[in-house]
Amino acid sequence: MTQPATAAPKDAPTSAAKSAEENGSSRLTGLRWDVRTLSLLGVLAVLVAVGGITAPDEFLATSNLQLVLTQASVIGVVTVGMTFVITSGGIDLSVGAMVALASVWATTVATQDFGFAGILFTAVVVGVGCGLVNGLLIAYGRMVPFIATLAMLASARGLALQITDGSTQVVTVQSVLDLGGRDSYVLGIPPLVLIFAAVTVIGWLLLNRTTFGRRTVAVGGNAEAARLAGIDVRRQRLYLYLLSGLCCGIAAFMLIVLAGSGQNTNGNLYELDAIAAAIIGGTLLSGGRGTITGSVLGVLIFTTITNIFALNNLETAVQQIAKGAIIVAAVLVQRRSPHGDT
Amino acid sequence: MARTPATSRRALLFGTAAVSAGALLTACTSNETKDQEPAADNAPVADDKPGKAVTIGFAGPQADHGWLNAINDNAKSRAKKYSDVTLEITEGSNDTAAQIGQIQTLINKKVDVLVILPADGKALTQVGLQAMRAGIPVINLDRVFASPQAYRCWIGGDNYGMGLNAGHYIGEQLKGKKNAKVVELAGLDNLELTQQRTKGFDDALKNYPNIRKVARQAADFTVESGQAKMAQLLQAQSNFDALWNHDDDQGVGALRAIDQAGRDDFLMVGGAGAKSAMDAIKAGNSVLKATVLYPPTMAASAIDLARALGQSKGVGGLAEFEIPSSLTLYSAVVTKDNVDQYLPTGFI
Repeated sequence: MTQPATAAPKDAPTSAAKSAEENGSSRLTGLRWDVRTLSLLGVLAVLVAVGGITAPDEFLATSNLQLVLTQASVIGVVTVGMTFVITSGGIDLSVGAMVALASVWATTVATQDFGFAGILFTAVVVGVGCGLVNGLLIAYGRMVPFIATLAMLASARGLALQITDGSTQVVTVQSVLDLGGRDSYVLGIPPLVLIFAAVTVIGWLLLNRTTFGRRTVAVGGNAEAARLAGIDVRRQRLYLYLLSGLCCGIAAFMLIVLAGSGQNTNGNLYELDAIAAAIIGGTLLSGGRGTITGSVLGVLIFTTITNIFALNNLETAVQQIAKGAIIVAAVLVQRRSPHGDT
Repeated sequence: MARTPATSRRALLFGTAAVSAGALLTACTSNETKDQEPAADNAPVADDKPGKAVTIGFAGPQADHGWLNAINDNAKSRAKKYSDVTLEITEGSNDTAAQIGQIQTLINKKVDVLVILPADGKALTQVGLQAMRAGIPVINLDRVFASPQAYRCWIGGDNYGMGLNAGHYIGEQLKGKKNAKVVELAGLDNLELTQQRTKGFDDALKNYPNIRKVARQAADFTVESGQAKMAQLLQAQSNFDALWNHDDDQGVGALRAIDQAGRDDFLMVGGAGAKSAMDAIKAGNSVLKATVLYPPTMAASAIDLARALGQSKGVGGLAEFEIPSSLTLYSAVVTKDNVDQYLPTGFI
């Protein structure tokens, strides 16, 4: 335990330039990056093997692949946003609450009157709005991200509860419901999975191929150095929390499609799932390094574990114990792999 | 004529007896006007007529769930019905410390009777005891205190009975079917009530040797978890004959998953009694054929009990002079045949 603890602070003060180089020009460091990703793929392969052996008929079916990807899609989109925030050295504890608020706001009777577009628009705008508040408080109000987003967590959940009054708001707009049905699959791919894939690809390009991405990494590596290098750190931070809010808005819409309803308990503990997936994926909690591919693999590992447990009808208690053990194992496997530790 | 203290005590006794008899008599006369009252009813019972004014303090958990919301609504509307009842209702809280504080405030306000639905029964036992010691009788609603000294009367649902009735209903529906398979979608697994529901369900299924429970997964009472766990169950079990889902709120998600998977080869029984579930049962166009009640109307009954207690009366339909010390409600099975009767009690 002492080794990683000392390793992280040592890594953090290294110049922003170094971090930026490591991630920004991933073509040069592609090999290192691939090893890390390969170890995650290895974990996933082991899980698939376990699933295939313990429940061959159910696990290896096409319908199960569709199921796992669909279940991963909502939290996956949230995790992409979270990866950006963590890469910049911040944290967003309010993602679950933002999903809850956006999903209930978008499913009120008044919103549903506006149909498909009304629901989609409201979900996204509420998410972005919450992200804007987070971003302003953190970037210009100089609040610590942990505290600002914790405050958002509390108040967004509270507002969600006030809107619903504790009841479940069932969606009656047929076109929204249809989007989650089998008939709307495109070439066998559920629309929610397509949205997840699109968000992932855009997120990957944004982080690895644009100035925006390089700035994010630089701010996370060393904010002071980034500022001296001419980056508007505050504006960058504002954009990042906006991005996280946007992802939560999209995720809220996806959850509405999936569950056919809005409820104030939606998105429960998403913050922990998203942070865990990003960290397992290889994003540094102290900032300066982030990987969208890793985060997505982290999400897929979690979802596959849940799926295998459910298919084998294991008890909740056993599931939780094993989940914890697998998180530790996944991180250890990464550590041990060559170049896995920076 | 000077009277000794002894005789005056006797006089007091007779006096009290006379007054009681008088009260009894008035009660009897009032019964004559209402012919639906039981004939054998000669105890003073609380009825709709205004009596002594009673202030009832009500403390419940945060209404973040349809059922709990219905609990608050039932309590409020029942109290409004009686002109002699004043309801002091606190802001619901899931935090044990906060709820203790709220109840202590109600004790300090010297309400006549307390109705408490604790966020956690065991954790709030002490404050229940405190109220009882301060001379304020406590009606313990649903989640039971650790000590019977902490309440005057407990009223609540029957989790074991819920499972039992769900199991019996499914058993009867699948009668004669060989090697029938049943699946269970449980609620939050770290709650004792979930374990009790499952126990009741398993015990009932033991009566039907042709039925086997093939899978059980636990969701956490939310729509989202209901959808996720049900989708997994459907993937794991390519065919089964019946499903029992512990909770209608998570059932919204479960039905969604069933719909998305395009499955309709089994019958589903819900739990708790949400309006959406009853609507679906009435419409009869989904797999949901029945739901087992965990009636939120218990909060209205708790107000009735509190009022009777405050007015030192018994309850209608029972011969005793006092309200009972414990009341376990029946978990009725709502099907298409009787859904109209229960629909008004369904919660949103």
